[in-house]
Amino acid sequence: MSKRILVAAVSLALMATNTIAGGHCAADKTLTAGKFTIATGNPAYYPWVLDDAPESGQGFEAAVAYAVAKEMGFAEQDVVWVRSSFDEAIQPGVKNFDVNMQQYSITAERDQVVDFSLPYYTAPMAVLVGASATDTKPTIAALKSLKWGAVGSTTAVQKIASIIQPTNDPLLYGDNADVNAAISANQIDGAMFDLPTALFLSAVMIEGSKVIGQFPAASSDNADQFGMLMEEGNPLKACVDEALTSMINSGSLASIEAKWLQDTTGVPLIK
Amino acid sequence: MHKIELHGVVKRFGQNTVCDGIDLTVEKDQMVCLIGASGAGKSTLLRCINLLEPIEDGEIYLDGEDISIPGLNPQRVRAKIGMVFQNFNLFPHMTAFENTMLAPKRVQGLSKSQLKSEIEELFERFELADRMHNYPDQLSGGQQQRVAIVRALAMKPEVMLFDEITSALDPQLVGDVLDVLLKLKSQGMTMVLATHEMQFARQAADKVCFLKDGKIIEEGSSEEIFGTPKRPETKAFLARALK
Amino acid sequence: MPIPEAAGMTRRERYEQKQRLKSLLIAAASTVCVIMALVILVPMTPGWEKVQKSFFDGTVLAKTFPKLLDAFTVNVMIFTWSAPAIAILGLLIALARDAKSPALFPLRIFGAAFTDVFRGVPVILTVYLIGFGIPGLGLPRPWNSPFIWGSLALVLTYSAYVAEIFRAGIDSVHPSQRSAALSLGLSERQVMRDVILPQAVRNVVPSQMNMLIALQKDVSLLSFIGPVEIFRQAGVFKSLFANFTPYVGAAIIFLIVTIPATRYADYLMARQMRERR
Repeated sequence: MSKRILVAAVSLALMATNTIAGGHCAADKTLTAGKFTIATGNPAYYPWVLDDAPESGQGFEAAVAYAVAKEMGFAEQDVVWVRSSFDEAIQPGVKNFDVNMQQYSITAERDQVVDFSLPYYTAPMAVLVGASATDTKPTIAALKSLKWGAVGSTTAVQKIASIIQPTNDPLLYGDNADVNAAISANQIDGAMFDLPTALFLSAVMIEGSKVIGQFPAASSDNADQFGMLMEEGNPLKACVDEALTSMINSGSLASIEAKWLQDTTGVPLIK
Repeated sequence: MHKIELHGVVKRFGQNTVCDGIDLTVEKDQMVCLIGASGAGKSTLLRCINLLEPIEDGEIYLDGEDISIPGLNPQRVRAKIGMVFQNFNLFPHMTAFENTMLAPKRVQGLSKSQLKSEIEELFERFELADRMHNYPDQLSGGQQQRVAIVRALAMKPEVMLFDEITSALDPQLVGDVLDVLLKLKSQGMTMVLATHEMQFARQAADKVCFLKDGKIIEEGSSEEIFGTPKRPETKAFLARALK
Repeated sequence: MPIPEAAGMTRRERYEQKQRLKSLLIAAASTVCVIMALVILVPMTPGWEKVQKSFFDGTVLAKTFPKLLDAFTVNVMIFTWSAPAIAILGLLIALARDAKSPALFPLRIFGAAFTDVFRGVPVILTVYLIGFGIPGLGLPRPWNSPFIWGSLALVLTYSAYVAEIFRAGIDSVHPSQRSAALSLGLSERQVMRDVILPQAVRNVVPSQMNMLIALQKDVSLLSFIGPVEIFRQAGVFKSLFANFTPYVGAAIIFLIVTIPATRYADYLMARQMRERR
């Protein structure tokens, strides 16, 4: 069976290469001709990428990446994965990737320095609390009195300040792992993440923690939308957007989201 | 009873025997001068008497009491035996007055007000009154050495040890310091000096000991040692030293 | 510089004045050349505009600077309570390592192990380990605060270095000082307290100043475990504006504090060198 798949893949690849050579939108616009280089985090987390192995296509972002690549006419083996940090991605200058997918929220300020594709996901923000605060009611009033934490480089910082306006100053951290440690050490009660991350952390990383509520994604004008990040002025943007638009129209993006992020139901809205 | 009595004192540094069975008696109010070439063991002998160096063998008696018993607390003994060093060793972060006051204050538990007049009088006596509140680096070598002597005297010692106290001084300052020693002698103080000042030893010493290779090889009154030395080593040394 | 009448000068003075004038001119000319080169050439590089926008954006700086200053008070706070604790602990460790009595042998071993461990481990690891680890054992609030345990991590690490400097200071006091003090009848403890330590501490003031400057910067490492000090605040702004100018702002604030401190330490060091000569 695997042999047959291999044969199919190879012939598909040949076809794909032909399509590009035949004048597809992305031809000559990628970093390496005929290859589509995608950056992800180091490490990349569930449920965005399973087992830190984007090559498998398992996980929401990995699946979207391969679907977009296919839409743009790249074969699976023409997709090249690299790793990058947030800082690398927004530094001025030449990039080592065509697109970068690691839950980048699209903001006006960032958009001045780099380019974003159309959003491939609109993430609701959710509240994760440690074992000592699982009884907290999902209301703004109840959330005010919590001791808050967040990753300092995310939009969660602004959300906590503007929507929750907590009585204590929040503590900020460098990455999710440090927020976890602070929740585990009971130094903070709650932290704000996008819903998929919050669910993953609650289920896998922090014993006794719970996702107690989510903010409605659509109703809030500053809901987090994730876009693929590109170098400012990258001509590839048009091709990526074209691919995403067609995936949105065909419903394939929604079905990928349903497949990999279906767990997102079952968390109450915060009032 | 002798003031100080040494019996067969041996001091080694590793393989090197610096004092090699020294016997010495010092009577009350006597001035004893130790002479000999550098490295003969004069300084080490003084440090042993002050218990700054533990001795390997022999005994040291102060007023008939064995002070060289291993494990004996040396503080009480040192409070009775003052010592002055070649390089003055004043404490640079304290004024002359503070240098002098430190030990009486700490060891005898006296307060500054109790000590003040007494110390002022000492500075007066040694013509240092105007230098009392200077720091050591504001004093000449001779003044520093006299302050060091005053500092030792403030503890009211029964015995004073002087370790080549003029060797680091400019020649014109030596006289001032030696005058202090004569003054002390006239007031009745038991003193042991390690010195290279042969003229001074000849004039002032009650007893002179010539050391060579860690042994006292000849001792006697200053007339005997300087006038009629018996040992050829003593003669050779004095011939060179008095040239 | 007043220039005296040439007629009143000796041949040598005239020569030296000429030499001084010459080196002054050369120094001025070369400085001007370097600055001109920087001012003219750097903006001519192809990436300059992007770099300027990312690192030196005036509007971003104006918007963020007051809040950065606010956050800097957190640094000052942590520094203010850590520095005296470091001085005291560092001195105690140094004394423990110099302890001579056999009863204090465990103390000596402890002192040696302490300095070995905390000088050998990266500060950030100590901050993480103590800042998250000890509160993780289940301390109640507010005793699990990252401010407390993060500061302790800094105190432990810096005490190890400061102790070594104190020890070097103690060793730098000539043994004859000890002899002189002992000969007066002082006890070992009195000798250490009244004679050795005051000189030792004075000898190492410039080195310890440098430790203070280093500590001042390392306070920012506490941002890793939660406290929003200037470095973290700058990071938040960096993410918000997708611009590195807030870091430059933070650097400016750091420099305003550290440059005078560094100059002062250098001055003390130079003065000490002169005194030793």
